[in-house]
Amino acid sequence: MVIAEKSDKKRPRGRSLWLYAGHRFVHNKKGLVCLIIVLLLYGAGLLAPWVAPYDYDEQDLGRALQSPSWQHPFGTDRLGRDMFSRIVYGIRTTVIVTIAAMAAGGLLLGIVLGLISGYFGRFADGLIMRIGEVFLAFPDILLVILIAATLKPRVTEWVLQVERATGIGGIVRFGVVDYLVVFGALAIVSWVGMARVVRGQVLGLKQSQYILAARSLGASHGRIIFRHIFPNLLPPVIVLVSVGMGSIAGSEVMLSWLGLGVQPPVPSLGVMIWDNGNIGVLRTNPYLLLFPVAVVATIIFAFNLLGDALNDALNPRAR
Amino acid sequence: MMGAYILRRLLWTPLLLLVVGFVTFVLGLYGPGDPVEVLMRQYRDPEVVARIHAQRGLDKPVIVQYGIYIGNALKGDLGESFKYRGQSVTQLIGKRIWVSSQLGLAALLLSLLLGIPLGLFAALKQGRWQDTGIISATLLFNSLPVFITAPFLLLVFVLWLGVLPSQGWGGLFDTRIVMPALVLGIPGVAFFARMSRNSIVEVLSQDYVRTARAKGLSEFQVYWRHVLRNAMIPVFTIAGLGLATLVTGAIVTETYFGIPGVGRLAIDAFFSRDYPIITALTLIIATAYVLANLIVDIGYRFLDPRIRYD
Repeated sequence: MVIAEKSDKKRPRGRSLWLYAGHRFVHNKKGLVCLIIVLLLYGAGLLAPWVAPYDYDEQDLGRALQSPSWQHPFGTDRLGRDMFSRIVYGIRTTVIVTIAAMAAGGLLLGIVLGLISGYFGRFADGLIMRIGEVFLAFPDILLVILIAATLKPRVTEWVLQVERATGIGGIVRFGVVDYLVVFGALAIVSWVGMARVVRGQVLGLKQSQYILAARSLGASHGRIIFRHIFPNLLPPVIVLVSVGMGSIAGSEVMLSWLGLGVQPPVPSLGVMIWDNGNIGVLRTNPYLLLFPVAVVATIIFAFNLLGDALNDALNPRAR
Repeated sequence: MMGAYILRRLLWTPLLLLVVGFVTFVLGLYGPGDPVEVLMRQYRDPEVVARIHAQRGLDKPVIVQYGIYIGNALKGDLGESFKYRGQSVTQLIGKRIWVSSQLGLAALLLSLLLGIPLGLFAALKQGRWQDTGIISATLLFNSLPVFITAPFLLLVFVLWLGVLPSQGWGGLFDTRIVMPALVLGIPGVAFFARMSRNSIVEVLSQDYVRTARAKGLSEFQVYWRHVLRNAMIPVFTIAGLGLATLVTGAIVTETYFGIPGVGRLAIDAFFSRDYPIITALTLIIATAYVLANLIVDIGYRFLDPRIRYD
C-alpha cells in the first residue's frame, strides 16, 4: 500500500492518454463541429428564458401564421406564437429529459450495476444480467408505453396527494408528472446497454496484470475499483453517453409526438412536429414543420457523429 | 459445446418469457389501480367490487392469477377488452396483426431490394466518393426517426409529385401501402446497405476470392458464386435484430398514416386505458422479439462457427 502511494507521487509527468485523446479530438474537425453544435443547442435549451425573445405561450392572433422574418426568425404559428421561442423552449424539454435520464439511468444505474456485475461476479452478476435481459426483451418504445400507461395515473394521484398535503399547488399543472414519467421510463430502458458494456470492460480489466499487481500489494476492492478500473472505463463510457444521448433525445421527441410525453401547453418538439406534420400545414406553411424537424435531426445526428469522433479519439486502435 | 449452448438458451427462453410476462401482467393489473374500480369509476360499490373480485378470481394471490392468465393465453384467450365490451382481446389483436404484418413485409422487402444493391454498389466503388456518399447517407437515414422522414416523403410524393395517396389502408396490393412501407422501410434500407457493404468488403479480401479470380472466373461469376453468397450470411442473420426498429417504426407509421394495425391499437389502448389490450400486446410483441433474437443468435453461431460460446 505504502509503496503504491509513493510511486503515485513520483510518477513522471508524461503525456497522458487523455492529452493524446484530446489532441486527436481537436484535430478531427467533424467531432469538434458536432461538439460545438451540441453545446450551442444545450446552452440555448438550458438558458431558454434568456435566449427566447418571446414567451412560449405569448399569443398574438393579429400576427398568426407569418412567414419567417427578422422579427420572428422562424415565423409564427396559427395562434401567433413566435416559433423560434417555442422551439427554444421545446429544446429545453428535450435537454432536461435527456440529461436526467442519462444521468440516472445510463450513468448511475448502468455504471454501478455494470461494475458490481463485472467485478464481483457470481450471484450478483447472474442476477443483474438476467434482469437486464428481461428489460431487453421489450422493444424500448413498448416498455416506455407500458410504464407510462400503467404508472402515470398512479404517479399523478400520488403527486396530487402531496400537493394537497403540503399546500403547494401547480406541480401537476406545470407538467412535472409528465417529466417524471418520461424521464423514469427512459432511464429504466437505458441502463442495460451501459451496464453490459461496463461489465464486459471490467471482466477484461480484471485479467490484466496491473490489477493482479495491485491486488498482490494488498490494495482494497475500493481502491482497485476507483483507482485502477474506473479510469479505464471512461473511454467506452464517454462514447456510449454521446450515442445514448442521441437515442434518448429521439425517444423523448417520439413520445411527445405520440402524445405520451410532455403535454401542452408545456412546449416540446414532438408536439410541434405532430401539430404541423399534416398535409394541410405542409401545403400552406411548410416552415412550421421544417424548423422543429431540422432541430431534432441536428440533435440526433450531432450526437451520433460526436460519438464516432470520440471513439476515434479515445480508442484509436479500434480502427 | 454448441449443443450445450443452444440447450441452455432454449431452457432459459421460456423462463425469461414467463418473467417478462409477469412484469407486464403485474404492471397492467395493479399499475393503474384496482381494475374493477377503474372500470366502475365513480359508481363503485364495495359490495359489487368484492363480488366481481370473487367471480373473476381477483381475490386470489397475484401469482395464481398470473398462472390462470398464462394458462388461458396458451389456449388463445387473452381476456376481454375494457373499451370494446364483449369483444375478446384475441379477436381484436388478431385482425390488427394481419394488417401490421402486411405492412412489415412490404417494408422488409423494400429495404432488402433497395438496401443490398446499394451496399453492393458502395462496395464496388470502395473508397471512392460514391462509397463515402452512400455510407454517410445510410448513417443519416438510419438514425432519423420515422416521424421526421414521414412528413418529408408526404411533401415530395403527395404534394410535389402528386403520384401517391396519403392516407388510409387497402391491404398489400393497394397503392396506399407504398408511402407507409417506404417510411417504415427507409431505416432498413440504410441498415442493409451498410451491413452488406461492410460484409462484401470483408469477403472481397478473403483468399478464396483471389483463388476464384486466379482460376479465371468472370467478375460476375466471382461475385455471384463466391462473394454475395458468403457476404449475405451475416446480413440475413442480423436482419432479425431489426424487428425492434420495425415495431417502433410501425407504431409511429400507423399512427401517422391512419393504418389499423397493432401499433395504432397500442396507442389507442393507451389513451382509452384499455389495460387488457396493452398487456396482451406487450406480451405478444415481447415474445416475438425474444424468439427472433433467439433464432438470430443460434442461426448466427450455426452459420459462423468462429464465434465463441460463452
